[in-house]
Amino acid sequence: MPEDPINASSKAVPQINLRRRLVNAAVTFAAVGAVILVLTPLVAIFGYLVYRGVGSVNWAFLTQTPKPVGEAGGGMANAIAGSAFILLLASLIGVPFGIGAGIYLAEYGRNRFGDAIRFTADVLNGVPSIVIGIVAYGIVVLTQRHFSALAGGVALSLMMIPTISRTTEEMLLLVPNSLREASYGLGISRWRTTLSITLRTATSGVITGVMLAFARVAGETAPLLFTAFGNQYWNYRIDQPTAALPLQIFTYAISPFDEWHRQAWAGALVLIVLIVVSVSAVRIAASRGMLKGAN
Amino acid sequence: MTPEPGTEIGIQVENLNAWFGKTQALQDISMNVAAKHATAIIGPSGCGKSTFVRCLNRMHETVRDARVMGRVRIGELEVYNGTPAVYVRRHVGMVFQKANPFPTMSIYDNVAAGLRLNGFSDRRKLDEIVENSLKMSVLWDEIKGDLRKKSGASLSGGQQQRLCIARALAVEPQVLLMDEPCSALDPISSGKIEDLIFQLKEHYTIVIVTHNMQQAARVAEYTGFFLLGRLIEFDKTEKIFTTPSEKRTEDYITGRFG
Repeated sequence: MPEDPINASSKAVPQINLRRRLVNAAVTFAAVGAVILVLTPLVAIFGYLVYRGVGSVNWAFLTQTPKPVGEAGGGMANAIAGSAFILLLASLIGVPFGIGAGIYLAEYGRNRFGDAIRFTADVLNGVPSIVIGIVAYGIVVLTQRHFSALAGGVALSLMMIPTISRTTEEMLLLVPNSLREASYGLGISRWRTTLSITLRTATSGVITGVMLAFARVAGETAPLLFTAFGNQYWNYRIDQPTAALPLQIFTYAISPFDEWHRQAWAGALVLIVLIVVSVSAVRIAASRGMLKGAN
Repeated sequence: MTPEPGTEIGIQVENLNAWFGKTQALQDISMNVAAKHATAIIGPSGCGKSTFVRCLNRMHETVRDARVMGRVRIGELEVYNGTPAVYVRRHVGMVFQKANPFPTMSIYDNVAAGLRLNGFSDRRKLDEIVENSLKMSVLWDEIKGDLRKKSGASLSGGQQQRLCIARALAVEPQVLLMDEPCSALDPISSGKIEDLIFQLKEHYTIVIVTHNMQQAARVAEYTGFFLLGRLIEFDKTEKIFTTPSEKRTEDYITGRFG
């Protein structure tokens, strides 16, 4: 009599189960291990920054300008404000151009010209940031004959544009074509479809790209060295040398004074916290506008 | 073939040819579609059914390297010959195989999209149109409480498809093109859409592409059979399904191929 196929295979079940369970455990372990490996340096850096920096973060640090060498106290208020100012300028230039280029690449750029732009953007993404600084020096500083906040903003925007345009392109391409067709089918023009349907559907992804670019340039020092230049005092003008947190940290960190070292740590901590806060704020604001069930 | 004498002609197609790159997808299609009736387009996969309806509202040309030649008239409107595509599409509604509500928009905004994004902004009139369109597509009673709260994408598949029909109706088209509107739906939802087609054809000229021959027999007065990019036979639905004059039509509807 032939063996019952169901019962025959059931004998092997415990073995298969054991093997499956082992493989399952191993893969889970590997995945968790990878996450820990990635998070460890991040947590370690942040923890060490808090450890070294938090002692020097106080009201004076956040509200005063730097004191001359030898005097205790003082702060980086002008550098915090300067960084915010330069980043605002960089975003005002970089975000519209970046998103605009991304829209072109995704919706119209399926041709040689588009390929050329994509290639350029990718190369630009890999250019050392100090070279970007030199370019901004050449374009803005030399023509204005001034180091300025504007020059710093231009340098950082040049770094934002390739990242934003490529992520915007990717996000727009993720929007299903059926939505574009639905819109065309209603007699909605192409540019309207792009703005009100495609871009709107991709909003959260586009914002992620923008914040990624923002966070990246917020900590950049090299492009600001000979553009924004730095400043020991308050500056409210777009065409004057302006302090920036990364520059101030750099200056203080390579100085021979202990007090300045402590302030550099505090500056680094404040910079990271400000980046996290601004990125989170934008994300929360963006998700407020979303509907239930969307995305 | 032309509809019975006395029936108004809704869509007039003359020598329509369409290509994807070098591949010809439609060859010399000529047919007169009766106004305010439902016309079904049947045929095996790849026979040009979808391409045909997409030529009626200039959607075919949105595909890369796609070309069209021939003449199509919808009432007084010349679909080709210089009329802007955007203008044509405002008069021809389209419902797609897979429901495609705009995911970032509320139910209300989905229905209003066609008008709003074309610059229509009279709020009170818009409320009225949205309500009427949703009633017309028999979705109103199910969603009226969530009109602005819920995203179009949060509805069930069948509801989404009726939402898409409401969206198409809101721009007040003369013609409604339906490209396999039920093929992604369960039988109950399909039944609802079929009931809907019955009501809609009192006001609109409907062309429905379908893979389901029973569905064609149920909803359409006229049926066209496509094969390899040609219109093989076009006649009253009854005739097509009982006494087709072409051998190939008979082979297809009796399930010998396709």
